[in-house]
Amino acid sequence: MSATIDSRQNQIIEEFEMFPDWMEKYEHIIELGKELNLIDESKKIDDNLIKGCQSRVWLSAEMSPEGNVVFEADSDAIITKGLVALMIRVLSDATPKEIAESNLHFLEEIGLNAHLSPTRSNGLLSMVKQMKMYGLAFSVR
Amino acid sequence: MKRNAAYDLNALRREFPILDREVYGHPLVYLDSAASAQKPRVVIEAQREYEAHFHSNIHRGVHTLATQATEAYEGVRSKLTEHINAARREEIIFTSGTTDSINLVAGTWGRANLNSGDVVALTRLEHHSNIVPWQILAKEKGFDIVVIEIDEDGSLCEESLKAALSRSPKLLCVSHVSNTLGTVNDVTRITAQAHEVGAVVLVDGAQAVPHKKIDVRDIGCDFYAASGHKMYGPSGVGFLYGKAELLEEMPPWKGGGEMIQTVSFEEETTFNVPPYKFEAGTPHLSGVIGLGAALDWINSVGLDKIAEHEEALIKYASERLSEIEGMRLIGTSKDKASVVSFLVDGTHPSDIGTILDQLGVAVRTGHHCTEPIMNKLGIPGTVRASFAAYSTFEEVDALVAGVERAVKMLR
Repeated sequence: MSATIDSRQNQIIEEFEMFPDWMEKYEHIIELGKELNLIDESKKIDDNLIKGCQSRVWLSAEMSPEGNVVFEADSDAIITKGLVALMIRVLSDATPKEIAESNLHFLEEIGLNAHLSPTRSNGLLSMVKQMKMYGLAFSVR
Repeated sequence: MKRNAAYDLNALRREFPILDREVYGHPLVYLDSAASAQKPRVVIEAQREYEAHFHSNIHRGVHTLATQATEAYEGVRSKLTEHINAARREEIIFTSGTTDSINLVAGTWGRANLNSGDVVALTRLEHHSNIVPWQILAKEKGFDIVVIEIDEDGSLCEESLKAALSRSPKLLCVSHVSNTLGTVNDVTRITAQAHEVGAVVLVDGAQAVPHKKIDVRDIGCDFYAASGHKMYGPSGVGFLYGKAELLEEMPPWKGGGEMIQTVSFEEETTFNVPPYKFEAGTPHLSGVIGLGAALDWINSVGLDKIAEHEEALIKYASERLSEIEGMRLIGTSKDKASVVSFLVDGTHPSDIGTILDQLGVAVRTGHHCTEPIMNKLGIPGTVRASFAAYSTFEEVDALVAGVERAVKMLR
């Protein structure tokens, strides 16, 4: 497993230890959502749209000159956007191989795993799958 | 204004075991009855009792259990006939729910009667399950679908209705109560207007049956579809009412046991009479028994009293929610039932729903399987609170407090 991705996850787990109360936890996620740089409008196209049942998520990926995958994303729902920001912090700017082989455990450890359940139709699970697909696609190029 | 229900609300709530539950340490505030109502103990017990002591396959059996199971099953058909004031018990077909009922009409009456050049009128308010079966069939048969539009308040646009009727549709499909906006459509008048131009009328009653006394002969419609689980009964069971003369002419839909008269490889297979012609295979027996218990339960409380209480809740919820800054109630037609849908400026419905869930308040968020309404109103979805006989004013207060808290966090 990638050391980069793992240490990023540990950092988030540590960060969330400061918020034992659900309300503070969600307030923090909402803050992260507000801070996430908006995706360039030109990338908010249907091709980049991951349609969940409830909120919409846009995701685009590019290769950096250093050979890392750089993700950009946005959502029309702020809690989803905050969760998307966490995903980007963990997976963006890593090598395709690291992304494809990543094992995401941080959501479970910070007590937000329900958001990744297939019954939660917020598009987050589809987004994680899509990010790994990008990793896979770029790694075979 | 808070107003006491015409029945002992606390005692009634005690009949629903699930209402004792807690979610994230908060007492459950269940405001999602339009998606599925909770069941009183008598319904749960009736199903259990049936499975434990009476179960056997119905019809054709000579032994005691088969006879008792058949009597119980057919007894519910009679009960339902009376409940919706159908003329004959043969006009009630048990299905797996409203969706199944509508697909049955599309698959038999629709397939036999709709052709290229014909017009089917649907309202913008319809649930996907009263849109998609017609779209699938239209693709195959080549008929046109014309949409009856809605006004800003969510009521049906009279001019659009007239325009649709002027095209002499062969079929008009209308929901009795909108699951998203709560609009109550005047289905009696609409049916009469549609009949004048020769249209057959299908009413989707899924959201109406738990809230209103249904009289299919007064409405005059040709088909009426509903689900058990919206009316305090089990899921996986529902019914289709169809006028006898139409059911008799309609070809069978699903083939299988029970729906046949004789089956032969040498001669033509012949079919049973309605309703059996449309009940292929072993039905959801305990579900039908549970539905019977639900009907008894509803009648023991009184639909009028339930409707009166829910109306007061809707009014109170609308008033209290409107106190929140940036509140937009979606669906404000004069005659409303069952639901209050809303949006708050600067927030997304799914975010509000997520925070409410943390507070133990169960609402539905999203497009509620009515994307055409959302497209028309240009909104991503709504937060929908829906009420039932067991809902309380205190639960409305909890909803309002929860929304206020969510809005504060989200903005």
